[in-house]
Amino acid sequence: MSNDVFVITEHLDGKFSDVSFEVAGKAKELAKALGGQAIAVVVGGGVDANVFASDSTIQVDDAALSQFNPEAYAKVIEALVKEKSPRVVLFGWTVTGMDVAAWLSAKLGVPCAAYAKDVRAEGGGVVVSCQAYGGKLTAEVAPEGETAIVACLAGSFPAEAGQGSTAATKIASPVDLSGLKMKFVEMLKPVAGDVDITAQTKLVSVGRGIGGKENIELAEELAAKLGAVVSASRPVVDAGWLPRTRQVGKSGLKVKPKLYLMLGISGAPEHLEGMKSAELIIAINTDKKAPIFNVAHYGATADLFEVAEAMLELL
Amino acid sequence: MNIVVAIKHIPSIADDLPVKGNNVDFDSVDFVLNEWDEHSIEQAVLIKEAVGGTVTVVGVDLIGELDNALHLALAKGADKVVKITADDPAADSHQQAKWLAEAIKGMGADMVFAGVQASNDIDGQIGPMIAAYLDMPYIGGTSAIEVSGSTATVSKEFPGGVGMKYAVTLPFVAGVQSAPKPPRYAPVSKVRQMAQTATVEKVAPSGEASSGLAFKKMAPPVVTGHAEMIEGSPKEVAAKIVELLKSRGLA
Amino acid sequence: MAQKYQKAVAVEKENIVVDGVDVSGHWNRMFEQRVIFEYTPELIEKIASIPNAESFANCYQCAKCVAVCPVDVVGNYGPRKLYRYAQTGMDLTEAPELWLCTTCANCLRVCPKEVNMVKIMPAAREQAILEGKFVPNELQQAFENTAKTGNPLGQPQRKRDAWIQSAGVPVPIIKDVGRPVDVLWYVGSYPSYHPRGIDAACAAARIFNALGIDFAILGKEEKDDADSQRLAGEKGLFEMMAEYNIATFNKYEWKEMVVTGPHELNAFKNVYPKYGFERPVVHYTTFLARHLDQLKPLLKHPVNKKITYHDPCYLGRHNGEYEAPRKLLEAIPGVELVEMQRNRENGYCCGGGGGGMWLDSFTAQHTTMRLSEKRAMEAASTGANVLAVACPFEVSRFTDAVKSTGNEHVDVLDILELLDRSMRGE
Repeated sequence: MSNDVFVITEHLDGKFSDVSFEVAGKAKELAKALGGQAIAVVVGGGVDANVFASDSTIQVDDAALSQFNPEAYAKVIEALVKEKSPRVVLFGWTVTGMDVAAWLSAKLGVPCAAYAKDVRAEGGGVVVSCQAYGGKLTAEVAPEGETAIVACLAGSFPAEAGQGSTAATKIASPVDLSGLKMKFVEMLKPVAGDVDITAQTKLVSVGRGIGGKENIELAEELAAKLGAVVSASRPVVDAGWLPRTRQVGKSGLKVKPKLYLMLGISGAPEHLEGMKSAELIIAINTDKKAPIFNVAHYGATADLFEVAEAMLELL
Repeated sequence: MNIVVAIKHIPSIADDLPVKGNNVDFDSVDFVLNEWDEHSIEQAVLIKEAVGGTVTVVGVDLIGELDNALHLALAKGADKVVKITADDPAADSHQQAKWLAEAIKGMGADMVFAGVQASNDIDGQIGPMIAAYLDMPYIGGTSAIEVSGSTATVSKEFPGGVGMKYAVTLPFVAGVQSAPKPPRYAPVSKVRQMAQTATVEKVAPSGEASSGLAFKKMAPPVVTGHAEMIEGSPKEVAAKIVELLKSRGLA
Repeated sequence: MAQKYQKAVAVEKENIVVDGVDVSGHWNRMFEQRVIFEYTPELIEKIASIPNAESFANCYQCAKCVAVCPVDVVGNYGPRKLYRYAQTGMDLTEAPELWLCTTCANCLRVCPKEVNMVKIMPAAREQAILEGKFVPNELQQAFENTAKTGNPLGQPQRKRDAWIQSAGVPVPIIKDVGRPVDVLWYVGSYPSYHPRGIDAACAAARIFNALGIDFAILGKEEKDDADSQRLAGEKGLFEMMAEYNIATFNKYEWKEMVVTGPHELNAFKNVYPKYGFERPVVHYTTFLARHLDQLKPLLKHPVNKKITYHDPCYLGRHNGEYEAPRKLLEAIPGVELVEMQRNRENGYCCGGGGGGMWLDSFTAQHTTMRLSEKRAMEAASTGANVLAVACPFEVSRFTDAVKSTGNEHVDVLDILELLDRSMRGE
């Protein structure tokens, strides 16, 4: 057993996801407190792995790992964890992390704490704050035993702390990857169709207060500056100002972005149903009694056009 | 095609969840089917309709009220339903996955589906754990599964609309994010008919596993009941919002 | 709505040869005979063969219904047209038209052949649902919510009586009262959960208290009446809810039931009797109009508003109550009551009946505007500044509609709220 902290990083199309850096930063902090090393694990060779602020980085290079493959990744990570017995294995609670973290936990018989919002070193081990029951409760759990798997929600820690230039050590796969039952076939990039608002991390959402189709452009401009996409409440879609694919709410789509910036949406219960679990909700509405202010984290009673235009100048 | 769907009965989050000690007060909450399970059942029935076979739905009966969910599954096209009579509302994902894996072991499943996640997966999801216990590969976040012969083509969703396609040799376990079609509606008359005529097979829980997590505290997160209002002229409001976004790495 | 089905087209010829003689000319237009034999009665028979939908075949295309159909006003609909569409290739059980009827019953009022859409639509919808055909997602959600949580809004059962905290007066729960009461007040799902419905429920509680009515509610034991779900085609769900409700109603001793909503009135008065429940049920407007002498002295504060009243289909046409709501409004000092052009027997539908409450987005895709929007415009055109309603579906629908049609100056208020305002002077 060691006191090292593993970070299982993730990349797509030659780019690491934000959560990899977020978790890498956390790993450094934990490793220091536990008296071990922060070790970034990069599965797959086709990516520049010298980008983490880790104490060391291991890059596993094998043709079978060029694209994410749940079976292969799980086997490689299992072998590395067995070999190095780290104290903590950090994952992102993401489409890839979710495929491996709980599997590894059951496979090795070690605890796993998912939906983690925070991890801290305590008494030689870690204590994890998990966002349970759709955010209705926070559970504080202490994983028992010598290795703990922790899968962290994206956006829980700052990414800067994980960015660095530690040179990666390339190794061959520690396990035989022939005879896999899963084979990568192809990557399907979004086609010319409309964007998927449920997959966006930032949304600028417009309501009836936007006034007309001609004003959508302003929201589009603001969204472009923020790296966001424009979504809407039902009346806007019904009016034909935006396509139905952009509708948030009961009869539209449920979204859970990191940022939900609302322009002129009063917050009917039907709309709230679709967005209330967004991580940061900022609402701008002229009606100070608008129900949205009971749900939003930040609000302002102001003219949305004036605020949006002023924001455009500042961004 | 023999498809087994493992479901999870979980405390409803439609209402506030009361806490007792360091966990949910299970006596005063409603239990409902995990919402992703509706998709995994739909995915299984779609495959059955396409290539034939049987769909078996199996779940752990935590509080003696799983029958409703099982009757609903039958009304939607499942052929057989099984409940593991555990009567332990606090059973974690590891324990449930172990019981489920033991029950599924003898079923000769070509595929095992589970919901990709559940809101109470504090120790992880049952899908990948069942895979580990059954020694099958796992793939989660699926948006479509099609079967031809002994191979399945599985589409997995990534953020930003990117999808990956995999060819998977049976048997395997999948965590279903969404079925290619929205889950079908089962009319109540059909569900009631199932409740009167269908048999729910009972299995005693077998095998032990634990999350290995010690619960230290469970409490609602600290939330403000009202938005923090940003005051000032539109320009000042804009400046404060931009500042806020920058401080959170969102702009 | 675009014409989707095969249409009988008169074919105009450029020249015509009759018995070898070319009789073409420019002095007239030459038409070929319409090919009426291309129509098939099969799709009409398909609907008419469903139990309770038999009268679909009665239609003789007189088109009286089209003139009064509220959906036709905002689309291309009406029972006569449905018959015609069926003749030209529409299978009603698979067409979007199946979900547009609000069962408002205005067509039945004028139909000389008693083609009864209030029976046809639920029967055809039930068939479609049982056969696993397309069911709009929003409606499906309302069905599932009702089955799972006891109300179409999907709110937790244990919060059904949470609203009484904001009433400011005692609202006894019948289980706790432990003795027979005069009035069992069935509150209803929207008054129990919807923020604007709760306003009306609280007003009713205050009025009942002021009148000294011996009343109680079912509290957490109350569940949705499910009549609109039945009309939307979910008969099994309706029967399940009816069995529960009847058993619950019969657990307690009470003399009369007062309901907040016309749909509940219709359920308990006209449909539940078929399932063995036959006890007196009245709508709150009827009940309060009966207490008008005691109520009048309580209405101390003038409400200086020009008010127009919208007749709920299920209070008016379906259950014949047109006068009680008007009497109540006229009893409020300061009120000037004006009528919309379509009123009483010919009242225009808000679009919420027959499941329309849970088909808003779907309906919007198949009509030029919402029925509630059309009605909100009619209300505004009277010059009224209050649109008074007596159905819990309507408050949220019309509040939305006055906004979307630029008539924010028209307040949408339940009669209960207006009475309460006059009582308390707000």
